[in-house]
Amino acid sequence: MSDKKPVLELRKVDKSFGPIDVLHEISLKVGEGEVLCLLGDNGAGKSTLIKTLAGVHQPTRGEILMDGTPTSFSSPRDAQGRGIATVHQFGGTYPLMSVGRNFFMGMEPTKGVGPFKVFDRAKANRIAVEEVQKMGITRITDGDRLVGGLSGGERQSLAIARAVYFGARVLILDEPTAALGVKQAAHVLRIVNEAKKRGLAVIFITHQVMHAMAVGDHFAVLIRGAIAADFRKGDKTREEIADLMAGGESMADLEANIEGYMETHDGHPPQPAA
Amino acid sequence: MTDTSSTTGSGETPKAEEMSAGFSFGDFLRSPAAGALMGFVVVFCVFAIFGFSRNFLSIPGVTTWVNFASLVGIIAIPVGFLMIAGELDISTGAVLPAGAMTVAIVSGHYDLPVLVGILAALSVGALVGFINGFIVTRTEVPSFIVTLATLFAVAGLTLYLSILFINNTNSFYHAPDWAKSLFGGKVYGFNSSVFWWLALVAAFYFFLHKSPKGSWVFALGGDQESARNAGIPVRKLKISLFMLCSTCAAFAGALQVITFNSATSQANFGLIFNTIISVVVGGVLLTGGFGTVMGIVFGVLTLSIVTQAIGFTEIDRNLSFLIIGVMLLIAVLMNDTFRNLATSWSTSKKK
Ligand SMILES: Nc1ncnc2c1ncn2[C@@H]1O[C@H](COP(=O)(O)OP(=O)(O)OP(=O)(O)O)[C@@H](O)[C@H]1O
Ligand SMILES: [Mg+2]
Repeated sequence: MSDKKPVLELRKVDKSFGPIDVLHEISLKVGEGEVLCLLGDNGAGKSTLIKTLAGVHQPTRGEILMDGTPTSFSSPRDAQGRGIATVHQFGGTYPLMSVGRNFFMGMEPTKGVGPFKVFDRAKANRIAVEEVQKMGITRITDGDRLVGGLSGGERQSLAIARAVYFGARVLILDEPTAALGVKQAAHVLRIVNEAKKRGLAVIFITHQVMHAMAVGDHFAVLIRGAIAADFRKGDKTREEIADLMAGGESMADLEANIEGYMETHDGHPPQPAA
Repeated sequence: MTDTSSTTGSGETPKAEEMSAGFSFGDFLRSPAAGALMGFVVVFCVFAIFGFSRNFLSIPGVTTWVNFASLVGIIAIPVGFLMIAGELDISTGAVLPAGAMTVAIVSGHYDLPVLVGILAALSVGALVGFINGFIVTRTEVPSFIVTLATLFAVAGLTLYLSILFINNTNSFYHAPDWAKSLFGGKVYGFNSSVFWWLALVAAFYFFLHKSPKGSWVFALGGDQESARNAGIPVRKLKISLFMLCSTCAAFAGALQVITFNSATSQANFGLIFNTIISVVVGGVLLTGGFGTVMGIVFGVLTLSIVTQAIGFTEIDRNLSFLIIGVMLLIAVLMNDTFRNLATSWSTSKKK
C-alpha cells in the first residue's frame, strides 16, 4: 500500500440524511494504479459513499483528501473538473437524446467564438461512437441515434465509456456490470485493468465475487455504513470474500439453508418475503 | 430490424419508407416539429379553402391571427422550455396583466420614462419567475400547484395594487412616438410584437438547439437525477427557466399595453390554455425531455388560425373550440408516434 501514492483518501467520514445515519467513520484510500473494490450488502451505503466522492453529497463530518491535501467537492462538476468520473448505479443516460449529446452531457464540446459558441455535434458524435465501439458495442455507428432505442446494456456501456473518457485521475463505477452480458462484462473488467495500468485510481462496486477477484487489488467491505473489513488481494480466500459480501454470513450456511428448504418444500425455492 | 410500421399504425407505413430513402427529409420527419408543421399546413389549407371568399388570405385576414400568435408565441416558447424540462408554468395568465399594468401605472400614471416602465414590468416578471422556480426547486410540490398558487396570488395582487395606485382596474397609456413605433407600431398591418417574436424565436432556437446549454434543458426533463450527477446545475437552470418564462410574459404585457394603449388587471386565463395547447400541438412531450422551438412556433400559428381567423371563413365560429379540442387529441396521439419513430429510426435504417 505504501508504494502507491494515495489519490483519494477519506478520513472518518460520516454522512447523515437528516436523522438517518448512513455512513459512520469511513476511512479509506485508493492509490494511483490501484483498484479498490467496495463490497457490501444491499443498503450498506456503497452508493452513498461514492456519491460523496463524486461531489453529489457533502460529508456530514470528516475529511476528503485529494493528493494528500484536504479538499471538498462542492458539486459533481467540481469533482469532474478534478478528474473524478463516476458511473452511477442508476440512470446516467437520457432516452430521448442522441448518443453524442448523452456522451457529452455537462461537458459539451463547442466551436465558434464568444456568445455564439455552438455545440459541436460532428465532433461529439464522432468521439462518442469511437469510445462506445471501444467498449465492444459495435452496433452503435451513428451518434445522432437516440439512446432510447438502445438496449439496457448498451446504455450502460455508453455511460461507462463516457466516464472512461472523462476520468483523468479517478474512475468510480457503481455496479457497472449489473446489466451487462458476459462479453460486455469482460470488456468492462478489461477496461478497469487498462485504466489501472494507465495509473488511474479505480473504485469498483460489485456484487459478483468473480468480478471483484478479477480486478481488485484492495477490498473494503461495508456493513450498515461502517467498514467491516479492509484487506489486500491475497489476504483472504475467495470463500472468505464471498462470505463478507453476503454481509458477514457464511455463504456455505446460506446455501445449506436453501438446500434444506428445498428438501422440505418439494424442491421449491423459498418465497421471497412479502 | 425493428418493424416501425407496427408502432406507427398502418397509415404511417409509407412515411417510414420515405424516411429511409431521403436522409435529410427523414431527419426532419423524425423531429417533433414535423407533425406540428403538417398540422399547420392542413389547418391553413382548409381555412384558405373555406375562407377564400371571406378574405382569409387578405392582409387583415392574415395579420389578425399573426398578431395574436406573436403575443402568445413570445410566452409559449419559454413555457415549452419548461415543459421540456419537466415543469409547467400557468402563472403566465396573471403575469401578463401584471406586466401590462406595471407599464401603465409607472409610465402612464406616474409619467416616468417608458423604458423605466418596461424595465419595472420585466422586473416584476423576473421576480414572479424567481419565486416559482425557488419554491419548485426547494420543495417537492409539483410546479403545476406552485404556479397555480402564484397565478392567483399575482392576479389578486395586481387588482389590489391597481386600485391602491390608480383607483381603477383598467388604465390607459399612450407611449411616446418612438416607443410606440418600436413596441406597438404597425408595418403593413403586422404589429411590432410580430418582429419581437421573430427575434426571440431566433434567440430561443439558438439557445435550445445550437448552444451547448440547450442539452441541459432536455436532460432536466429526461432524467433529473442523472442530470444532477452529471454536474448540471439543476436548481439554477430551473429557476432561470421559470424567470425567463415570467419575464417573457411580462414583456408580452408591456408590448400589449403599448400596442393597444390600454391595460387591464384582470387575469388572462385564456392565455394559459393557449400557451399550453400551442406547446403540446407543437410536439413537446408532456412528460418532458423532447420538443423543438420550431414545433412550438407552428403550434402557436395553428392555434391562432383556428381561434382568430375563423371569422374570415365560412366555418361556423362556434366550431373553433371543437377544432382545437380535436387537434389537441390528434397532436398528443401523434406525438407518441413521432417519438417512437425517432427512437427506432436507426435500427430500421440499418436492417
Ligand atoms: N438521499 C437519501 N436520504 C435518506 N436516506 C438515504 C438517501 N440515500 C440513501 N439513503 C439510505 O442509505 C442507505 C444506503 O443506501 P445506498 O444506496 O448507499 O446502498 P448501497 O450499498 O448502494 O445498496 P445497493 O447494493 O442496493 O445498491 C439505504 O438505507 C438508503 O435508504
Ligand atoms: Mg448502490
